[in-house]
Amino acid sequence: MSIETLPPDPPPVTDAGAPPPEHRGFAAVVLASARQLVVPILSLVTALLIGAIVIILSDPEFIAKVGSDPGAALGAGFGSVGGAYRGLLEGSIGNPFRDIGPVTETLLRATPLIFAGLAVAIGFRAGLFNIGAEGQIYIGALFATAVGIGFTDLPLLVHLPLAVAAGFAGGAVWGFIPGILKARTGAHEVITTIMLNYVSYSIIDLALRQVFFQLPGRDDPISKNILPSATLPRLLPDERLHWGLILALLAAVAVWWLLFRSTKGFEFRAVGLNPAAARYAGMNISRTVVLTMMISGGLAGLAGTSEIIGTNLRLTPNFSPNWGFDAIAIALLGASRPVGVVFSAILFGALRAGAAPMQAQTGIPIDLVVVIQGLVILFIAAPALVRAIYRIRVARTTGTETFSKGWGA
Amino acid sequence: MKLELKGITKRFPGVVANEGIDLTVMPGEIHALLGENGAGKSTLMNVLYGLYQPDEGEVLVNDVRVQFSDPGDAIAAGIGMVHQHFMLIPVFTVTENIMLGVESTNGPLLTLDRDAAKRRIVALSEEHGLRVDPDAYIEDLPVGVRQRVEILKTLYRHSNLLVLDEPTAVLTPQEIEDLFEVMRSLVKTGTSIIFITHKLNEVREIADRITVLRRGKVVGTTTAEESDESELARMMVGRPVQLEVTKGVANAGDDVLTMRGVTVLDDRLQVAVNGVDLSVRAGEIVAVAGVHGNGQTELVEAITGLRKIQSGEIEIGGAPAPGDPRHVYAAGVGHVPEDRLEDGLVVGFTVAENMILNSYYLAPFASGLAINQEPVRKVAEDLMREYDVRTPSALNDIGNLSGGNQQKVIVAREFSRPLKLLVAAQPTRGLDVGSIEYIHKRIVAKRDEGTAVLLVSTELEEVLSLGDRIAVMFQGRIVDILDPSEATPERLGLLMGGAHPEEGLTPVETTA
Repeated sequence: MSIETLPPDPPPVTDAGAPPPEHRGFAAVVLASARQLVVPILSLVTALLIGAIVIILSDPEFIAKVGSDPGAALGAGFGSVGGAYRGLLEGSIGNPFRDIGPVTETLLRATPLIFAGLAVAIGFRAGLFNIGAEGQIYIGALFATAVGIGFTDLPLLVHLPLAVAAGFAGGAVWGFIPGILKARTGAHEVITTIMLNYVSYSIIDLALRQVFFQLPGRDDPISKNILPSATLPRLLPDERLHWGLILALLAAVAVWWLLFRSTKGFEFRAVGLNPAAARYAGMNISRTVVLTMMISGGLAGLAGTSEIIGTNLRLTPNFSPNWGFDAIAIALLGASRPVGVVFSAILFGALRAGAAPMQAQTGIPIDLVVVIQGLVILFIAAPALVRAIYRIRVARTTGTETFSKGWGA
Repeated sequence: MKLELKGITKRFPGVVANEGIDLTVMPGEIHALLGENGAGKSTLMNVLYGLYQPDEGEVLVNDVRVQFSDPGDAIAAGIGMVHQHFMLIPVFTVTENIMLGVESTNGPLLTLDRDAAKRRIVALSEEHGLRVDPDAYIEDLPVGVRQRVEILKTLYRHSNLLVLDEPTAVLTPQEIEDLFEVMRSLVKTGTSIIFITHKLNEVREIADRITVLRRGKVVGTTTAEESDESELARMMVGRPVQLEVTKGVANAGDDVLTMRGVTVLDDRLQVAVNGVDLSVRAGEIVAVAGVHGNGQTELVEAITGLRKIQSGEIEIGGAPAPGDPRHVYAAGVGHVPEDRLEDGLVVGFTVAENMILNSYYLAPFASGLAINQEPVRKVAEDLMREYDVRTPSALNDIGNLSGGNQQKVIVAREFSRPLKLLVAAQPTRGLDVGSIEYIHKRIVAKRDEGTAVLLVSTELEEVLSLGDRIAVMFQGRIVDILDPSEATPERLGLLMGGAHPEEGLTPVETTA
């Protein structure tokens, strides 16, 4: 299955087409970039609006009064909406000049999402739908943990890079399996990666009950503490935010370079856009599939790694709140572009960071954030819906493309 | 049916696809619509079929103004469309395909009444000489018969204006004659036909009147008697076009490509190429003629390393052919693939990226893992200039170019490398006259440089005008190799249709 990772290009109209960015003025470039952001931003706005309706409809005061005093009921409803979104904002941004805490919390939550989002995005670029980021996160974390607790007396400069590399390798192994299965037998990666997710959960559970991993004196599956020499240092003394963020941003730059400035990325994208033409051009499709899945898995592995050796410092089962699946949404929202992934991940991180303060302040359940996330994805995945709601005109409707194909114009 | 299009204007952002187009089709008339790609034929037909609403102008059917908001309206008004790509379900029978959407039923359980449908189909097909077995499955039928099914489909829906989009592109010369017979029979009963094509000789043979479009406007309407082919070509392109390829005598050297007993299987593991012996010498063009689907595709794939050969041997430049495309190209082979969008180009990539599609890993484009942006862009821009690729920038998406310019990108990419052998499959398919002229010149120039050229084409004219030797392929075999002087279109047509040269040229029955 090839996945539509980007909105399809408008059908050819004339040879002139749209002049590329380099040949346009600065204002036009800004305008064009802004246009690309229209659908994502409107998706977010729409999701927040529908989220507001959900809050109003589930507000106990609104329900109690709606029959007798609709005005007061609506007032209460809007009050709850205001409180909820204020809570979200305060928890995710707050006032950065007085307290940097909420912002660092947002970035902390965004860190694994950046890694995992990049993992899924690179797969999309090569036409692969890696639903197995979740499993790769766990196996990566397991490898990193093994190194992080297994080597004593190593200096940080050796031990930490080794742990990070192990985390990448673990994820890469877990990506290699569906990759080689697809290349050799044609087994679809959607099926194999989903199934390997379950395998990975069990492996974690099993591993954490072994003497090597298990924290002494505990019966439940929990690992020993990551040694300080393998721990990602904090960026600020009083905040939990750590060097994982820097690594994630570096990874985004690396993925950008790989995709758009390297021969391998040329192959990935060619295979993703048109495998037949890639084969005609002499590219090795099987090797590309395997390599992409390994890099994708490795990046997902780093998501788990940064969380365990940066934030949690102990490996436990279920440490990932479905990052591997949020990553699919993030890659879609970011149009499989590294910079888009970074910003989408920060948005999701903000929603996650703000959710707990929101619940504490207003009693509105954290699940609201999941609703908003889901709605954002719904609108992103169906851009035609957003365009219809806001009456955005597109050059040509897609419905006639198949028809016009045969006429050659 | 009398159809009038008056002052049709259709604008898209940044482009006027149709501008004040007037077109009148009289009852019982065959009206040819000629124009290059992008001339606006497609838009006009989409307007007629209810897929686009015109910005200005009106459509009149039998002098009554009509408005089609979707194809259903157009069909109800009696307009039938036969697309270039057939819209048939392979696992359904002819009858089932024809009744699909207008099923006749009987009984309380709405059982399909295939018999009633079949009776009408048989009646219609006898009336117009559309020979077809109503119980045959589509997947078992040759292309020519499938086209008859498409025509029957429109007649079954009571169409009295038929739009045929490039109907001859997939047919053998004999099938084309049959189609023309059917068309003549149809117009006798008052049906009108809009015939879209780019083959000038066909237009002159069959059309009552000819309307030429260029850049969204009507250049003129004429008749076959009033104009000749070069006049029509000039109207389409806007400048005089050289229709005949001028080339000198081939100065053939040693064998560059040698095939001995080559047998190749297709995707369904059926024998597609059956023991082919063929050689191409340096400095000559060997043209492989044949109806599409007689093994030419697999033959080309075998030579270029895209398909494994079952038995036999292929030598390129005296050495066994490498089994994979990358090494085949490295051995000095250029390959213009048969389907440019399917195999030849990556839509979504820029023009520059497509220019380096099979050399991106070599210097100066790559150093190690890194691709060097500057040389890529510079080489692409040089090639665009040299090969007359018209688009504002090398960084434009290839999908925004016209078919002719896309093909020029492929030609530029393949021809600009040092070549021993050039394999060109359908190099001008779907292109306008101007681009065809250009690509033919380039192929001859390549030959004159001493490159061995294997040209695969289903177009008789192309084969006859370019080939220094003409090999005819039928059902996986090379049935004959002719000198151009002894190859007449009739003789080639018969060979392509399966006549055995030694049996006095009687065609083999191949249609169902």
